[in-house]
Amino acid sequence: MDDLLSEFLTETSESLEVIDSELVRFEAEPNDQGILNNVFRLVHTIKGTCGFLGLPRLEAVAHAGETLLGKFRDGTIEVTPPLVTLVLESIDQIKALLAHLENHETEPEGDDAELISRLEKAADGELGAPEPVAEAPAPAPEPAAAEAKPAASDKKPRPANLADDVRWDEDLGRELRPGEVSLAELEAAFASVEVEDFSNPPDATEETAEAAAPEAAADDAEEPEAVTPAAVAAAIEKAVANEPEMASNTPRASQSIRVNVDVLEHLMNMVSELVLTRNQLLQMVRQMDDSEFKTPLQRLSNVTGELQDAVMKTRMQPIGNAWKKIPRIVRDAAQDLNKKIKLVMEGDQTELDRQVLELIRDPLTHMIRNSCDHGLELPSDRMAVGKPEEGTIILRAYHEGGHIHIELRDDGAGLKTARIRQKALDNGVITPEEATTMTEAQIHRLIFAPGFSTAEKVTNLSGRGVGMDVVRTNIELIGGAIDLVSREGEGTTFTIKIPLTLAIVSALIVGSQGQRFAVPQLSVVELVRTGSNSENKIESINGTQVLRLRDRLLPVLPLANALKLDDTNAENKNRFVIVMQVASQRFGLVVDEVFDTEEIVVKPINSVLRDITEYSGSTILGDGSVIMILDPNGISKLAAFDKSTTGTKPVVQETRKIVSRGDQKTSLLVFSAGSAEPKACPLSLVTRLEEIEVDRFEMTNKGPVVQYRGQLMPVIPMSGGLTANEEGRQPVLVVNNGDSVVGIGVDKVLDITEDVLKVAIGDSTPGVLGTAVIGGKATEVIDIGHFLGQADYDWAKAMSEGPKEPKSLLLFESHDFFRNMLAPLLEASGYRVTTVSSVEEALAANIEPSDFDVVLADIDNDAEARAFVDKLSTDAEWADVPRVAMSNREESLVTPDFAGCVRKSDRHGLLAVLDQTASLKGQAA
Amino acid sequence: MSSTEYITLYIGGQLFGAAVSRIHDVFAPESITPVPLATKEVAGLLNLRGRIVTAIDARSRLGLPKREDDASVMAIGIEKGTESFGLLIDEVGEVKTLDDGDREDVPSNLDPIWAQIASGVYRLDDGLLVVIDIDKILAFESENDADRGAKAA
Repeated sequence: MDDLLSEFLTETSESLEVIDSELVRFEAEPNDQGILNNVFRLVHTIKGTCGFLGLPRLEAVAHAGETLLGKFRDGTIEVTPPLVTLVLESIDQIKALLAHLENHETEPEGDDAELISRLEKAADGELGAPEPVAEAPAPAPEPAAAEAKPAASDKKPRPANLADDVRWDEDLGRELRPGEVSLAELEAAFASVEVEDFSNPPDATEETAEAAAPEAAADDAEEPEAVTPAAVAAAIEKAVANEPEMASNTPRASQSIRVNVDVLEHLMNMVSELVLTRNQLLQMVRQMDDSEFKTPLQRLSNVTGELQDAVMKTRMQPIGNAWKKIPRIVRDAAQDLNKKIKLVMEGDQTELDRQVLELIRDPLTHMIRNSCDHGLELPSDRMAVGKPEEGTIILRAYHEGGHIHIELRDDGAGLKTARIRQKALDNGVITPEEATTMTEAQIHRLIFAPGFSTAEKVTNLSGRGVGMDVVRTNIELIGGAIDLVSREGEGTTFTIKIPLTLAIVSALIVGSQGQRFAVPQLSVVELVRTGSNSENKIESINGTQVLRLRDRLLPVLPLANALKLDDTNAENKNRFVIVMQVASQRFGLVVDEVFDTEEIVVKPINSVLRDITEYSGSTILGDGSVIMILDPNGISKLAAFDKSTTGTKPVVQETRKIVSRGDQKTSLLVFSAGSAEPKACPLSLVTRLEEIEVDRFEMTNKGPVVQYRGQLMPVIPMSGGLTANEEGRQPVLVVNNGDSVVGIGVDKVLDITEDVLKVAIGDSTPGVLGTAVIGGKATEVIDIGHFLGQADYDWAKAMSEGPKEPKSLLLFESHDFFRNMLAPLLEASGYRVTTVSSVEEALAANIEPSDFDVVLADIDNDAEARAFVDKLSTDAEWADVPRVAMSNREESLVTPDFAGCVRKSDRHGLLAVLDQTASLKGQAA
Repeated sequence: MSSTEYITLYIGGQLFGAAVSRIHDVFAPESITPVPLATKEVAGLLNLRGRIVTAIDARSRLGLPKREDDASVMAIGIEKGTESFGLLIDEVGEVKTLDDGDREDVPSNLDPIWAQIASGVYRLDDGLLVVIDIDKILAFESENDADRGAKAA
């Protein structure tokens, strides 16, 4: 792209941002001439540059907007919100044109006659011609302006044949375009601007001058269009000449030059290297007792430190740069939503790294929109609860402890806890059990969960499904954290904590097995020293290590295990635990040694090592050695501490063609029996876990039994499970089978985990449903029902006494696991089973009511089940087909829509009710 | 007839040649930081004048036995894209200019791993020189991926 054009684009877009926020301020304070003059000047600069670059369409729009602004300034038109909206509209049009220009390097086809005519009407409609002040001379104190003067004085007389209503400009020697102001008027306008009125000129002042200066130099004064920039330059020179006064009024106007970001990046890298080399030298000299290098090295060290600070500063920008658009967004939102919103911004001079700044811009914008849309109530609602009509949004930024804190507070309605809870349940974000145990704050934080949006309707502003989870992801990506506090009726406060820079991070250097690693300080919560005489001991449950920390158990993982190093120090009790926090997960990393903290420069990792998620990069330490930087996130995933991520591991494709409900999670009991390979079954099927002394087992001719809570409980070894432990205790899964209790003997209970249960590989072995990936490991999924059948004579009998003629059954079960488990069992009991997992699937399957003798529906999954039941209830054809509901909840057991309701785990009951109900249809028919 | 300059080097007693145009450095590697969990070909990372260089062990790449602990080791520095690699070898010889026409195809009975990284063979008076294809000796990610894939399945 043409250098001149790209320069123009950069500058103009910056000016436009200033205009946006200034105009909004102006709307609130229509009497502030300073703001208006500022806006006017910026628009004028854009117009002038457009003319110079030959961009007629842009120029025309800018002209028209400028004219209206001119009237504002003259005081001939009163400033009203609709008029400001109109001006903003013209600014938007300019932005649209610029965007096109940036992509195609030409202006788009078409014109903006409609917009321009509205602008003109606004300017003309309520007043006559502007007061002519043409005789005011343009002050030209600077040489550059003097250059421009001959051109300006080279007036072209008005042609005699021109109609009176055509406005002729003598300076330009042509008719004025629609909306254009004559040069003389303009100069007069500038001349009439009082110096004191520049009460708030932003940085753009000298940028404007910069922009105009080369144009003035390039000006050969022959083309009529070229006259405009020259004159502008003259006017601007005047403005620049006034700068000393302005500088005293505002701290922001300062000398600046434009530097390519790449140059800064390079500089930053070089300084980082320099710092590292300095550290290396310091370390070497420290080891020498008396060195002549000491003094000069000290000086080098100081200079390097200052240089580092200075270079860091070049990358720092006030956060206000990311906030420029916000007043406009809030204003537009207020208009669209008919709300009254006051925006307070504090600490906009707080500086942070420009890279970080770029990354938080979008999340912030999104959050502001959310606050306007969902946070604040309508004025009438506010009045009703005794709040001021105008809602307030406070945006605040400040430094604290090497981080920048951003606070976004509104005095709106606050989060509606009950609604969030319901929504989370409906979307399957939490389980019903979790919903009852979660605290209010925990429920509020659910708005950060993926795929969560409570907006009842999609508005223009927000509620499109991508929501706070994207905001959270973006913030966590740069090592930040977000949290919120909300009180219903009082408002919501979001707090964001982000590091000042990404280039240099503070890291804790730790050692394991003689190797050193860096852990980003950001995720380290505390360091704990463990030892046999310390109160913090590492203990293990079934080989899984935990740390007793202030009366709570913290899962810990030796770093050596995580990195598959030989852990020769495992017996050593005197170790360190680094307590880390990754998102909401807290865990400990056991290391042998802790050295110190060091500021490190993160270097990207080589592509051959990039697959290893345990590292986030590498760095060179002060002593010149290279060390790896651990990625707490990767380690937490590896250790499966972070349950929420294990479900996202890729699962090998399914063998059975089942419409998957995605990542629905089940609580699973993982154990081993017979072999070391893990086996699993849903925790909901197991009533209790017991460890029973082996000598309590008694033999009967049906197998081993044990006296358990006043009953005889048959114990079935799962696979030689009872012989594995000849003495000691035998772990037993106690299953409540209708009236009786059955125990299943296993070797070892490994874990209780929560994961997506997808049977990936089917299995014909009796008692095994198939293999699934659980917690990242291939695990056999056990069919508990099979073992019940072995123990319980009645159950086996019930199976053989199933319907003599095969009845057909429609099984509605949204839960993959139960569907996979129930279907084969029902088939074994003599039913022809058709399964559907959702209403959509039921509709798609095109099933006929007459094909079925009975419908069996799992109603535990509220939303789907309700939809399904509604569908059945409203459809007359289905009215004849009896329905049986399954539930594990007490309160669901009485359900009017169903012929019967049974517990999922009660197989006796289930088969009995089914048998009875299925025959009902036969009788009716 | 066109010719190419080669640096001769020894890996496990075998003479190899690498095109001089691809070699940035020849250096004696010091204090290599091992990278746990990395594939066996990656010997570790080292600091070469302020740059982090990934050291690839040519012996393990070629399926040769490990170097004895006290054996001498040298490295040739290679830039690939924006990344720096150091190929660990046993010994560096000299710079030889060899005619391209004399280069013979890789014998068909050569071990597949060797055949993959070799782009030709020269018959020299004092033995055979295998020409290393620098890009191929550094390209073992795909095998690594295949390895992981196999484990996952």
